[in-house]
Amino acid sequence: MVYSIKNKLPIKLYKEMYRIRSTEETIAQKYHEGQMRCPTHLSVGQEAVPAAFSQLVKKDDFTVSSHRGHAHYLAKGGNLKSMIAEIYGKKTGCSKGKGGSMHLIDLSVNFMGTSAIVGNSIPIGVGLGLSAKIKNTKQISFAFFGDGAIEEGVFYESINFATVKKLPVIFMCENNFYSVYSPLDVRQPKGRSISKMVSAIGPKVLSCDGNDVFQVYKTINKAIQKTRNGEGPFFLEFFTYRWLEHCGPNYDNSLGYRKKKDFDNWKKKDPIIKLRKKINKKFYPTLKKIEQEVDKEIINAFNFAEKSPFPKESEAYKGIYA
Amino acid sequence: MPKEKNKMNFASAINDALHVSMTKDKNMICYGLGATDPKNIFSTTKNLQKRFGPRRVFDVPTSENALTGISIGAALNGIRSVVTHQRLDFFLLAMDQLVNSAAKWYYMFGSQRPVPITIRLILGRGWGQGPTHSQNLQAWFNHIPGLKVVMPSFADDAKGLLISSIFDPNPVIFLEHRWLHNTNAIIKKGNYKVKIGKAKICKKGKHITILSMSYLTLEAIKAAKYLYDKFNISAEIIDLRTIKPLDWTTIFNSVKKTKRLLVLDTGFTTGSVAAEIIAKIAIEKFNMLKSAPIRLAMPDVPEPTSSALTKNFYTRADDIVISVLKSLRIDYKNIKIDINQPGPADVPDPNFKGPF
Repeated sequence: MVYSIKNKLPIKLYKEMYRIRSTEETIAQKYHEGQMRCPTHLSVGQEAVPAAFSQLVKKDDFTVSSHRGHAHYLAKGGNLKSMIAEIYGKKTGCSKGKGGSMHLIDLSVNFMGTSAIVGNSIPIGVGLGLSAKIKNTKQISFAFFGDGAIEEGVFYESINFATVKKLPVIFMCENNFYSVYSPLDVRQPKGRSISKMVSAIGPKVLSCDGNDVFQVYKTINKAIQKTRNGEGPFFLEFFTYRWLEHCGPNYDNSLGYRKKKDFDNWKKKDPIIKLRKKINKKFYPTLKKIEQEVDKEIINAFNFAEKSPFPKESEAYKGIYA
Repeated sequence: MPKEKNKMNFASAINDALHVSMTKDKNMICYGLGATDPKNIFSTTKNLQKRFGPRRVFDVPTSENALTGISIGAALNGIRSVVTHQRLDFFLLAMDQLVNSAAKWYYMFGSQRPVPITIRLILGRGWGQGPTHSQNLQAWFNHIPGLKVVMPSFADDAKGLLISSIFDPNPVIFLEHRWLHNTNAIIKKGNYKVKIGKAKICKKGKHITILSMSYLTLEAIKAAKYLYDKFNISAEIIDLRTIKPLDWTTIFNSVKKTKRLLVLDTGFTTGSVAAEIIAKIAIEKFNMLKSAPIRLAMPDVPEPTSSALTKNFYTRADDIVISVLKSLRIDYKNIKIDINQPGPADVPDPNFKGPF
């Protein structure tokens, strides 16, 4: 069903992935201009999970994410212009220049925030899930994080609580095998399956190839249906790979912390190319048109950010207390 | 026969404040380890679950950090929480959520969504609480922009300040001294509020200003009476009530009048709230002072457990008396200061039998 071109799903997924990729690549390309003056963690190579998520999540569902949060913000429907303006430190930014790339928010789509501290937003996502349960709404709360967050105590605390309380929370783990430059094998025992370990805590667990957007779609879809039905929480693990350096706009294979062979293999599994190959060539002109539209939207967003005013210096000392 | 006044102890006043607040705000939740156990956190959470149900009042896993983040998440969707920890020391496991999230969420996302949470932390001294069950770390919380810190000394203020904390849109650290739980006061009924950020002049005086917080205010009152009876010294006692934001107007006005200052602090000496107060007075009001300000705080060592080691460890009324005499340059070397209650120094009163 998901492969059907009739429901335009592949085209939509393609558009979402392309939009995230191009936004991130434009940031990377313009970063050296020195106008985006904050740490920036890009999701190039990891677009399949947010793209599939974007087609399934409801506007009033809650989402929180991590330092690598641009893709999730965009996938939830967060305003592109406000995000770029935030990275530029402008008054028009989604956090008025106070948060930067690592602190994104768009309350109009219930994207509730991203955090720079590993694992930090996970319990906040659980609290949002608890609030939905208390208010008896059908909302789901999604918490995005990476494999590094699994090693934080707060991950265990949070998923344990969500499981005890049967909360409508979906834990979205994008396992890209690295925490900064530290590989999984120095951080977790050899042969461990994160999913199996988490399963023992008690939530329902699913995992799949995080670069195959259809598999991701099916996985998230299943979790959402069950969670909406009161059968949460869910823990989803997606295997994927970060192409660029941990923080910043460059490729960093010269550092030698990961094998070129691994990198090349993952690059061959580019989620966008993978999807493109599955789409009938007769739709390629449509894709081209979509790419042009998206490129234009991104150029507009950067123009907006560049032309926007900076906040007044005095704003730094305001807004500490509500 | 006169109508019996609504007298209750500090712990019951906390309980009363929670009942009033949960009645007023139908979405408010209340949780903490032991919140619904038979002891009800020193009776402070008594009958809450019975009255408001398990959805709003519940016991929890031993997960201080996540529980703090959970209250933040709930707050972002408009649900106020009161989270209680039976000892402040356990809450140190939650510093990430408190400092990186609760204190900053409002500011760092451009002042869009407030975080109305109240974190009740019980602290204390004595009864062998020792190195990790007795820490008074108000100075830590005081250091963090975005937090409010409340530290009542009297049962009526405890009620009024707790209700104000709960309905404040910001994260509030509410510090309860275990030695105050059994102290009594006349408590106003219903939705009684005491403003956060306003100190209370407990006793007017003209010779010296004593700034105090939490349990030490009781020792200060004892000391002031003694100073008056024995030396005809009139000390002004200001109970800070709120540590952050401090009521500088009341502090400055009093120091302007008395020109002498003693600050009492239940925390460690270095980097204490007392240190901050004295620094600001020295920087901004140097010319007001007739003598060097004095602080009395805990020594910079972990609190030992054995009562043999803590005989003279805590600030008591006699220490306050001596500090005041020093400030007024009165020679006290040959005077016997017979003010402390007889008996051990590690209990608030002889009836206190622990276990904690």
